[in-house]
Amino acid sequence: MTKPSHCIIIGAGHNGLTCAAYLAKAGKQVTVLEAAEQVGGAAITREFTPGYRVSAGAHLLYMLDKNVRKELSLESAGLAFSQRDIKTVALAEDGNHLVIAGGSVHGADITQADQVAMQEYQRFMTRFAGIIGRLHNRIPPRIGNKNRSDLLSLAKTALDIRMLGRDDMREFLRIAGVNIYDILQENFEHSLLKGALSLDGVLGTNLGPRSNNSVFTALHRLSGLQGMAMPKGGMGAVSDALAVAARKQGASIRTSATVSRICLQGDRVAGVELHGGEEIAATAVISSADPKTTFLGLLGAHNLEAGFVRRINNIRMHGNAAKLHLALDDLPEFEGLEKSQLGERLLIAPDIEYVERAFNHAKYGEHSSRPVAEITIPSLHDDSLAPAGKHVLSAVVQYAPYEIKESWNTEKTVFTDLVVDLLEQYAPGIRRQIVHQEMLTPVDIEREFRITGGHWHHGELAMDQFLMLRPVPHAAQYLSPVNGLFLCGAGSHPGGGVMGSAGRNAASAVLKATSKELRS
Amino acid sequence: MKKHDAIVIGAGHNGLTNAAFLAKAGLDVLLLEKNTYIGGATVSQEIHKDWMYSNCSYVCSLLRPEVYRGLNLAKYGLQVVPYGGSATISQNGNYLGSYVDADVSRREMARLSPRDADAKVRYDRDIMRQCRFIRQFLLRTAPDPTSFRPRDLVEMFHMGKELLKLGEGVIYDMMRFYTMSISDFLDEYFEHPLIKAAKAGSGIIGSAMGVMSPGTAYVLLHHAMGDVDGNMGAWGFARGGMGAIASAMDDCFKDHGGETMTGSGVQQILLKNGKVTGVALENGNEYHADVVVSNMTFPRTFLECMDANDLDPDFLRNVKNFKIRGSSGKLNIALDGLPNFTALENNPELIKGDMHLVDSVERLERAYDDWKNGSWSKDPYIDMLIPSLTDPTMAPPGKHFMSVFVQYVPPKVHGKDWTDEQRDQFGQTVIDRIESYAPGFKDLILHAEIRTPRELEDEIGLTQGNIFQGELTLDQLFFNRPIPGYAQYRGPVKGLYMCGSSNHPGGGVMAAPGANAAREILRDIHKPNTVPEGWLDD
Repeated sequence: MTKPSHCIIIGAGHNGLTCAAYLAKAGKQVTVLEAAEQVGGAAITREFTPGYRVSAGAHLLYMLDKNVRKELSLESAGLAFSQRDIKTVALAEDGNHLVIAGGSVHGADITQADQVAMQEYQRFMTRFAGIIGRLHNRIPPRIGNKNRSDLLSLAKTALDIRMLGRDDMREFLRIAGVNIYDILQENFEHSLLKGALSLDGVLGTNLGPRSNNSVFTALHRLSGLQGMAMPKGGMGAVSDALAVAARKQGASIRTSATVSRICLQGDRVAGVELHGGEEIAATAVISSADPKTTFLGLLGAHNLEAGFVRRINNIRMHGNAAKLHLALDDLPEFEGLEKSQLGERLLIAPDIEYVERAFNHAKYGEHSSRPVAEITIPSLHDDSLAPAGKHVLSAVVQYAPYEIKESWNTEKTVFTDLVVDLLEQYAPGIRRQIVHQEMLTPVDIEREFRITGGHWHHGELAMDQFLMLRPVPHAAQYLSPVNGLFLCGAGSHPGGGVMGSAGRNAASAVLKATSKELRS
Repeated sequence: MKKHDAIVIGAGHNGLTNAAFLAKAGLDVLLLEKNTYIGGATVSQEIHKDWMYSNCSYVCSLLRPEVYRGLNLAKYGLQVVPYGGSATISQNGNYLGSYVDADVSRREMARLSPRDADAKVRYDRDIMRQCRFIRQFLLRTAPDPTSFRPRDLVEMFHMGKELLKLGEGVIYDMMRFYTMSISDFLDEYFEHPLIKAAKAGSGIIGSAMGVMSPGTAYVLLHHAMGDVDGNMGAWGFARGGMGAIASAMDDCFKDHGGETMTGSGVQQILLKNGKVTGVALENGNEYHADVVVSNMTFPRTFLECMDANDLDPDFLRNVKNFKIRGSSGKLNIALDGLPNFTALENNPELIKGDMHLVDSVERLERAYDDWKNGSWSKDPYIDMLIPSLTDPTMAPPGKHFMSVFVQYVPPKVHGKDWTDEQRDQFGQTVIDRIESYAPGFKDLILHAEIRTPRELEDEIGLTQGNIFQGELTLDQLFFNRPIPGYAQYRGPVKGLYMCGSSNHPGGGVMAAPGANAAREILRDIHKPNTVPEGWLDD
């Protein structure tokens, strides 16, 4: 046994690092163990072909927890932005595109009525998103016990909803649980606009626009209440800044250190064992790995109660989103798009029925034949990502279910080709500009980022897997049935997206629990 | 001209219930029905000579026992006869039987999957818990969560209290249950595709959602929360057809001095300076009352029988946004003899219950995709019954009546109105499907009535042919049904009330909306309440 370390954090993803920084700040001795050679987990920038670097996981920053940014002073730790307030351009096949910036929308012969409706839509969606946003920094309350802080937290949320006022409260209670298809149909005429907005409800989920719960996911996406931005140096810059902050607080971070097992002593955590047999003792182990990896992979079902294991097994976490990276030897030309607009968030979702049809395949274990895509060209804002004059294109592509009837080994090239063909329709000639291409299917994402099912949220972000139900009841307060074992990853409240909130909340849960133990 | 105390529009089972309870309270009530027969969709008719067709609704379980007792329907001749079990038949000839005896059912499940047979115990327990909880709120008026009126606050408090009684774990299960898709929900219990398919059907019946749409788990609950003689989850036939329920209610209504006028379609609900004064019929006659109760669908009431200028634009917008998409059709068939389902040869008694022709959740979902694309399912979900096996009054000796409920069937075909050719093609699709499971079935057919959402809307007045008078999704349930702010059976103008299934707790032959509306009316006009409140009956 090496010398005991107070807290071990499994995984140096952005949540693991955040948690580490806060615990170290609180005077804990912290060691972060990361399997990969670099920190960041799915929030990294890496070279995918010589000279070209890309945000391999998340590629847009819009939910980063303001408290984390402030309290860990990430700016002074090196976080900078290459671009802020990125607009959204809904691409039309005929080149008559639609530009969306917050509540204002223009282009594509949009009517006055729709523009007014968009203002109103933005207004109430932002208000409702605020309700969810205010939950992000709270440890989810438990229902049905007399604990004062739980009751207080529930009361707060009830009050938040009440404060909407009668009309908005009624509208919130009406739409929060249903599908974005109906809500958009109620509000808008313009099909390109509806297609683009519906994407907010389905990106990174196993839902189509017509699936209930898609309004909720749209609200969750908006709940960061900040514009879309790109960190200078790619998403890895966020993780690097967090690592700097954590180290500054005295946390030590070991990369290429893969945890193979969480060790128990009686009914409580004793430490972890690494590949290669090294054991590290700890009084607390905090895992930013997804709940299935943590409980079934590292801890082992035999150490848990059957009902709990069943719940863990039942977590829905099959990824549906793939990631395409293109190294381009020149700037692509999108029909009807000026060079200045290429740096925006480009969407391929021409209409809402198109998106629903793309989803249909996913239900039956097929990838979309006509996918939807969220495209960025980060090299336009950041020359550190590609050689001079060359460019990098990064796109989230749906639907590409983790489990398909054919094997991804054979289907991957097929899918990549049809996605490039799709791009070719909007940006003629792009195929010839490709120097190198990389497609990450959920299977690849699972392998590279060690996320079961390759789901970027560490578990479907649905109402039945949110707040006190995330990842499962009785483990939703960042605690686990095993003393000394905690969760701090996206599998816990408030879910995925580069936020850091889960890590921050987990830290306070750990501190609460450990101080309790000391007292008793 | 004589003035009535109340006028009820539409002699469906909710209109009848409402009228009967009002009459019981001593009101002079006039019940108006546009058709020449009463019952609305709770009807049985001799469409084919010597055959009784329950040609709309076809089975009974949801009918609230409190209403049954409150209106003393037994005295007026209503008998509900439970039927046993069901059979789900797959294309490869395999089948899953379900029986009244839970142990037999479990043994049958074990034949397909021992693991699922074990899970069944857990599944039945969890569903039963949800049923028990919701049943107590069916005969209560939903509180308005935005209101500070003592009455609403008290009801909210009561709900909270009842919820906490469930205990933490069950509360969490409930939150998940109400937001999940039936397909995901079943995956948490079962592994065998046929077993999942057999259970998933109840999650979509009457709904315009697919088995993979979140929210369908609740729809399953809506079909499980009923009972026959206190046997929860059981289903039965009304002896003599579903019309027997309507006529028993009508007899009770008349016994209390009520008057039913058939063939009297309402043209317009009459207002005078913001208050209801009565109704004008299509034939021009006018009838007056300070209380007018509409059992018509929510959109039909306000878009067809009222003047847009009399309504607030925001209210009107919400009415237009009300989700009431038709998704089902029906075949009513007179048979020369019993069909032979190849799969059930060794187990013939299984044809006494529901029969489903499906073997995977995926097939159910693909049927929904056809609906989304604007056409009827090529491989539809079918729920068929042969009531005449249990109730001989439905068909001549040796002959049989078969009721075939079909999903999905769109209100319009690719955006255009149904044509008779299309209706017959749809019917043929279904008959061919059945024939492929029961060779020789076609030759047994003496007569078949084919009903699409068009027929449902034109004859029964169900907007877009939605059998629940409105989709059962979270945005249209409980205090959101039909729309937020109008969930307490009162319309936007004084004296106007709503008692149809568009209101809480929704569709099915339940009679709860009619009863709840009556309670609210009596409350407003300060008459003693004749309507039983919901109670915990188990």
